[in-house]
Amino acid sequence: MRYEIILKIDYSYAHTVSGGRHLLRVVPRSMPGMQDVRSLRLQLAPVPTSQLERRDFFGNLCQAIEYQTAHETFGVHLIADVERTCHPCGADRATPYHALGQDLAAMQDLGPDSPLHFLAASPRIRDLGPFRDFALALLRPGMTTGDVMLAVSEAIRARMVFDDEATDVDTTPHDAFTKGRGVCQDYAHIMIACLRVLGIPAAYVSGFLRTIPPPGRERLPGSDAMHAWVRIWCGCNAGWQEYDPTNALAVGNDHVLVGYGRDYADVAPIRGVSRTAGSQQGKHTVDVIPRT
Amino acid sequence: MTATMETQTDLPLIAHYRTTGAPDEMIDGSGAVRPQWRALLTYLDALPSAARAACFARGEQYLRDAGVFYRHYGKGDLGKRDWPLSHIPVILGESDWEALAAGLIQRADLLEAVMADVYGDNNLVKSGDLPAEFLASNQHWLRPLVGVRPPSGHFLHFIAMDLGRGPDGRWWVLGDRTEAPSGAGFALETRVATSRIFSDIYRQANVHRLAGFFSAFKEALTGLTAPGTDRPGLLTPGRFNDTYYEQAYIARYLGLPLLEGEDLEVDGIALMVRTIAGPRPVSVLWRRLDSDWCDPLELNEHSHLGTPGLVEAIRAGRVSMVNALGAGILETQGFLAFLPRLCERLTGQRLSVPNVATWWCGQEAEYRYVRDNADSLIISRVTANRLPLEQEGQALDMPPVQDPAFLPWLERERHQLVGQEVVTLSTTPVWHDGALVARPMVLRVFLARTDAGWQVMPGGFARVSQSREPGGIAMRNGASVADVWVVANHTVPEPSLLKREGTAFIRANSGLLPARAADNLFWLGRYVERSEGALRLLRAYHGRLAEVGPGKSPLLTRLEAIFAGYGIKLGAVLPNAVSNTVASAVFSASKIRDRFSLDGWSALVDLQSSMAQLAETMKPGDDAARGISVLIRKLTGFSGLVNDNMYRASGWHFLRLGQAVERAIAMADLLAALTGPAAPDGALDVLVEVGDSAITHRRRYVAISRASVCDLLLLDALNPRSVLFELDRMNEHARALSAIGRAEPSARLARLLDDLRQDIAAQNANAITPAWLSNLGRRIASLSALVSEAYIG
Repeated sequence: MRYEIILKIDYSYAHTVSGGRHLLRVVPRSMPGMQDVRSLRLQLAPVPTSQLERRDFFGNLCQAIEYQTAHETFGVHLIADVERTCHPCGADRATPYHALGQDLAAMQDLGPDSPLHFLAASPRIRDLGPFRDFALALLRPGMTTGDVMLAVSEAIRARMVFDDEATDVDTTPHDAFTKGRGVCQDYAHIMIACLRVLGIPAAYVSGFLRTIPPPGRERLPGSDAMHAWVRIWCGCNAGWQEYDPTNALAVGNDHVLVGYGRDYADVAPIRGVSRTAGSQQGKHTVDVIPRT
Repeated sequence: MTATMETQTDLPLIAHYRTTGAPDEMIDGSGAVRPQWRALLTYLDALPSAARAACFARGEQYLRDAGVFYRHYGKGDLGKRDWPLSHIPVILGESDWEALAAGLIQRADLLEAVMADVYGDNNLVKSGDLPAEFLASNQHWLRPLVGVRPPSGHFLHFIAMDLGRGPDGRWWVLGDRTEAPSGAGFALETRVATSRIFSDIYRQANVHRLAGFFSAFKEALTGLTAPGTDRPGLLTPGRFNDTYYEQAYIARYLGLPLLEGEDLEVDGIALMVRTIAGPRPVSVLWRRLDSDWCDPLELNEHSHLGTPGLVEAIRAGRVSMVNALGAGILETQGFLAFLPRLCERLTGQRLSVPNVATWWCGQEAEYRYVRDNADSLIISRVTANRLPLEQEGQALDMPPVQDPAFLPWLERERHQLVGQEVVTLSTTPVWHDGALVARPMVLRVFLARTDAGWQVMPGGFARVSQSREPGGIAMRNGASVADVWVVANHTVPEPSLLKREGTAFIRANSGLLPARAADNLFWLGRYVERSEGALRLLRAYHGRLAEVGPGKSPLLTRLEAIFAGYGIKLGAVLPNAVSNTVASAVFSASKIRDRFSLDGWSALVDLQSSMAQLAETMKPGDDAARGISVLIRKLTGFSGLVNDNMYRASGWHFLRLGQAVERAIAMADLLAALTGPAAPDGALDVLVEVGDSAITHRRRYVAISRASVCDLLLLDALNPRSVLFELDRMNEHARALSAIGRAEPSARLARLLDDLRQDIAAQNANAITPAWLSNLGRRIASLSALVSEAYIG
């Protein structure tokens, strides 16, 4: 499946800001056997004083940009041509849950894809304790790690209501869990917390999701969104599997990967501080347009 | 070694000294006094108790005068505590010390090698010596720094270690301090205080001095500086940190600017200090800010203490951090489990100073050992970075070992836990209720990397428990701090940071003033002057009150209205608003403690405490007028100290500029309020009094009139209280600063000052109206914004 992805993020500040630095993680990365980024164009407005592209620890593309000039608006426009070639496989080879610890003990690797990075609490998922009882109650004898993954996702879906008013970007997983409401970021954080408390490595994935219009309707421009889902390590044989708890589906060719991290903080689309305090308003639209 | 020991001595002072069964620093295993203690004990023993008390008081007085305090975090308060000095130093023999120092240098080299590997190729993980999970789950392992090599090739430059002496008399490392070790400045202050106590014998006591260590460290820092960049700075978390005082002290002692995260910016990949002359490159930071807080863009996103882009500058090799970001991982308790083996692996040698035995429960055999011996071990978090003795602050939700819930908890949490041997400590004497008693102690030793390798500070400080329990060594549990003397049996050199013979005379560039410091100095000047103005007016008010009684005269009513206009409610004899202004001055001063002398600071703090006392006791009227006079004298004492002692660099100009601006505004406003046609009787006398010009007025004018008062307090360029005089001063300071500020606003500032001067000079004393005076006050007030635009930005 091949897509044209158009992302537009526009900030307007209440007051002129004298400068600022931002770290962007919005550009899809190529992953052999999963997706190929054929071309991309990233436009920043105004043109930054300096701009530097590099890869972070997890191999995600990031742009460090800097403004030394005053500006009132800040815009990021991305057009990417991405081919998804994802054939989910290996889920059936998931290690039995009770044996996962042995698989993990054999891992002595600190490379970006090592499951060991994704076992402990992390900046946005600080406290796993509140999820322990909820997660433990889902375990049944004979489950594979993949079964646990599905059970956790199902239980979250049963408990949570999708609600884009109830939480914001800084809501903790525990708060969202207590409210029983939230968006993809909250679903992903909660699923990660439940898996980690069970000793299953789980990573946060940011990316784009193609939305399929209702039958007979046109795709509405700008109706897609940046999305978040979860990457789960199911043992030495199955390796990493990706799952979307918001929509309760295995990640396939409707999802386009931007980056992996321990949680949102590692892959936030924009991190950055303006030198002038004051309110800022951000607007973002996404189009994931299938190409034929 | 379990029985307490009788002391074998001819000194009555310690005849009743009882050791606890643990080794004692003063008394050896046979009950005899160790030789290095003899001189001090003999001296103390011969001292009459009154003289002894006077000696102890000298040390305490020094610390109070120096304003040394320790900030402790209680339940929601930010209390300041007097520095808890233990009067008796810990005295170590030179040969014991040298053996220890050699072992600590070995350990420092090991820590450097481990750090380089952990943030480099991870060979220790590949070889199986360090479990990968142990690093991957440790939140102090900062992934953005992985693969980043420091420009000097070294990660660690200044570290500390906490040590205890075990039952067999050997030293043990209880913890490493690699992140941002505190206490070097406290070691210095404790040394000065203790040498004051023992001033009669200190010089002959062959105590190794500390200054040589600091000058070697300063030289090493300077050596890291990249060409074309400013001198090294000390990066502080700011005035709410528990050791801010110490940071300001050590910055002043070493001549380093004290910088906060917001003083810095990253332009492209270059780290810059925001100075009054715009951004200037800097390449070395001695950081007292924990790594995670240093850059909100790549590290803790919630940090307001850091500098966005700092990690980018570091990655580009533009900055030497002392120590490298991420060094905090080495001080987590978990590392103690691996360092002995890593030492053998990396150097082929055993650790010559062992560390407290530690087992990481993430490993199978180690986990079983901890499980089976849980009741005789201390269990703590892998990532805890306090000593096992003082970890209540990082408490675990651990069930009691006997509780059935314990084993499941241990199993569940094991990857995050270590078991540690219970630490026993040696004791050292402290003065308690008129006698020496033995108390457990922990030594903190500092090491600095120099061109010649690691240097160990000869001495340091010891934390001494306030009870017989080792758990009392936490500062917030009331521990006291003792100086540590390393005593030679020969005379020792007397180095000082101020005079180092044999080195060429170099006049160091005093560096450019950070813009934030300039802002604080300017406002310090304004608040000090505002306090003085308010106090003078208040004194005049109470003087009048004493004559006529409350509410009886139009003059008092007018003065009350003036106070009300300043937002000062006259309910209390010393209104809150006035105390608050003084508090604001102290606040501004506290942010730039490194910028002016101890005497200046002491004067301000003294004023504040006198004010608090007088506010309780003063009666309205004459009593208040006299009390306020005392306060005014103290305040002018501060101004005098600043004027007499402060080096005439740009910082001084900002302080004086602030004072001049404030004084001119206040005088213009007061003239406007009290010289109008409707001004009540006696108003002019108040003006002359507040302007401290009564004698001059009597000498120069036949009678008092609106014109004579305006002439003296507005137009007389020779009267230091007149507006014109202050404008001339502002002009001098602005001229001195004009070369460094932003060109356009500095030019506007100069123009406005010229205009104001001409306008005033053109006035006829007979024709000045209150409206013109009010407008003048407003125009002078607008200078403040221009100063900010030109220099602060």
